[in-house]
Amino acid sequence: MKTLITSNDQTLSSTMDKRLGRAHWFCIYDEELKESTFQINPNIDSMGGAGTKTAELIIELGVKKVISGHFGPKAKEMLEKFDIQMIEVDDDNITIEELISRLNQHSN
Amino acid sequence: MTFKIAIASGKGGTGKTTVSVNLYKCLSEKLNDNVQLIDCDAEEPNDFLFFKNAKIKQKEVIQQLVPKIDLQKCTFCEKCSEYCMFNAIPIIPSAKYANVNTSLCHSCGACSVACQFDAISEYPVEIGVMRSYLLPEGDGLIEGKLKIGSPMQTMVIKETKKYVSDNSQIVLFDAPPGTSCPVVETITECDYVILVTEPTPFGLHDMKLMVELLNELEKPFGIIVNKAGLGDNETHQYIEKEGFELLGEIPFMKSYASDYANGNLFKNIPPEIEKTYNNITKKIVSKMNLK
Repeated sequence: MKTLITSNDQTLSSTMDKRLGRAHWFCIYDEELKESTFQINPNIDSMGGAGTKTAELIIELGVKKVISGHFGPKAKEMLEKFDIQMIEVDDDNITIEELISRLNQHSN
Repeated sequence: MTFKIAIASGKGGTGKTTVSVNLYKCLSEKLNDNVQLIDCDAEEPNDFLFFKNAKIKQKEVIQQLVPKIDLQKCTFCEKCSEYCMFNAIPIIPSAKYANVNTSLCHSCGACSVACQFDAISEYPVEIGVMRSYLLPEGDGLIEGKLKIGSPMQTMVIKETKKYVSDNSQIVLFDAPPGTSCPVVETITECDYVILVTEPTPFGLHDMKLMVELLNELEKPFGIIVNKAGLGDNETHQYIEKEGFELLGEIPFMKSYASDYANGNLFKNIPPEIEKTYNNITKKIVSKMNLK
């Protein structure tokens, strides 16, 4: 199963970006393969609807779980429709690494 | 020729409405009722509250056209989504999903042009209401009121402006606060802008943003300092240093503010304030005659 985490940069030591549609990077973590890949957010500068666009991307990527600071109403509606789990983490300093290790603990 | 004036401010609560309704009254007296007032603060239009004898003349629903996607015809090619600069059309080809997010749609019609498969049709959605009022003085008041939950404030203002008659000598546009699209829409066809500010750090900060906008739009403007006597001197220093025209100062008076809050703006106007409005009225009439 794949999880997407919004990230401020493209390494595992980066902190989580608390925004979804305007996040800098997306970390896609595969729980089976224990592999993480980073991709830049193509919607960061869009005039509006960045959250919806990101939800589209998430659905296309086949991700089942998303970790971010906050989900806006439009993104939430789409992600709910596709049964994608949303996890809100209210922590400015938490790293991608830490979130992945929590995910692994959870699945074990 | 109609002289169009916007009453604007960066900061909210500086006195745009107070100035607008008072100038409407003063100018109506001076110009044989040849004045219209347009309340463009579509999120919460309240100019009508100050005219006890206002009678509704006309009421029209304002609509926007939004697209609908026929999933039988849609091939999920995503061309409409690419054309949409507002990201209002999420399409997920793998899930055969296509939808329109009406709260992001700006009714530009680009998606209809983009679709080669005749899958897009448009239907009207209510975004607000235009009301026009007959008043005891002047040519009357027109207001645009946004429907609760709709984000299409700019479009409501644009549609409301279509009901403005060309017959008045002066049209006053009471603008919404801020410096974003709804304000630009209000100001864009005006000949002159009255900036209402208050002598506080917030008032000054937001007035500077407004000055930047007006320079960008190449609009002439003058400033009214409301609630004078409060705050500090920095606003005056700024106006003087930049050489801007100070149209007048309205002193801060608690009794006047409380009359406003009770809807009795035209009762017991303190003589100093009345004098200020009369002076501003004269200046505006001479600007109109220069046009």
